[in-house]
Amino acid sequence: MNNRFQKILGVAALVSMLVTLWMIFAWVPTEAQQGIVQRIFYFHVPCAWVSFAAFGIVAVAGIFYLWLGGQIWDDLGHAAAELGMLFCTLMLISGSIWAKPIWGTWWTWDSRLTTSFVLWLLYGGYLMMRAMFGEGEQVARLAAVVGIVAALDVPVVIVSVRLWRTIHPAVLVTRQGGHGLEDPRMIVTLLAGLVAFTILFAWMLMLRFGELRMRTRLRMLARAIILAEYRAADAAEYRVAAGNR
Amino acid sequence: MDHFWYLFAAYSIIFAAIFLYVAFMWSRQSKLEVEVRALEAKLAALGNSGANPATPEHPPAES
Repeated sequence: MNNRFQKILGVAALVSMLVTLWMIFAWVPTEAQQGIVQRIFYFHVPCAWVSFAAFGIVAVAGIFYLWLGGQIWDDLGHAAAELGMLFCTLMLISGSIWAKPIWGTWWTWDSRLTTSFVLWLLYGGYLMMRAMFGEGEQVARLAAVVGIVAALDVPVVIVSVRLWRTIHPAVLVTRQGGHGLEDPRMIVTLLAGLVAFTILFAWMLMLRFGELRMRTRLRMLARAIILAEYRAADAAEYRVAAGNR
Repeated sequence: MDHFWYLFAAYSIIFAAIFLYVAFMWSRQSKLEVEVRALEAKLAALGNSGANPATPEHPPAES
């Protein structure tokens, strides 16, 4: 059932991604001022959305781990953090590629860029911590706390364009309350991108989460074998002792 | 077609990264599946030898 759902999700991700690509390169009009490079936005914004959603899941999984315990929450948080990091990296790279022809520089310490970079560093630290200290209850508890605290940066990134002076374009809602997309087809294409990336993320999360669950099962099996071998040795010793009596 | 290469680079990097990550994940998963099957077989063998092992359905508590 789980495997079947995963396959359906994989196919849905592929189909929605192909439809989005068709919309981006064949259907949506070219933006008047920025030219074709504006089309990077249709993947850049979904990458940002998916990374924010992933870090939200890390925080929720962390809360549940601290509250209820259970390896399943730790595995979910770990999987979501890794995917959030991947999409956050892609968001920063695609944004930087867009910035070069439009702003004339690969990077500037603008409020949105800086807060996004801080978010990337926070979850980079989270994953480094997990990689360095391995598995165990204490590491999982520490990771849950770090994951929750790091997620507090997500709302800061979102409102940064409204709080501080910035050159970053407000795609969805500007300071004046309007949106940064001039044609309705641009909004539809952006929405299609958001849907496609959400499905892709859900599929990838299922894959990574499944792998981490399998790793947990592997550890359990290894322990069960050690226990069984210990019992076998114990039984043999008992038989020898009984034979001597 | 000004700035075409910027557009091409952005999309290529995104797709390459996602593809590589999924491929890497798949290969790790298949290796893990082999390991799990081997351990399950070993555990079953120990069970047949009368060691009364903790079964995968009732494994020892995960710390």
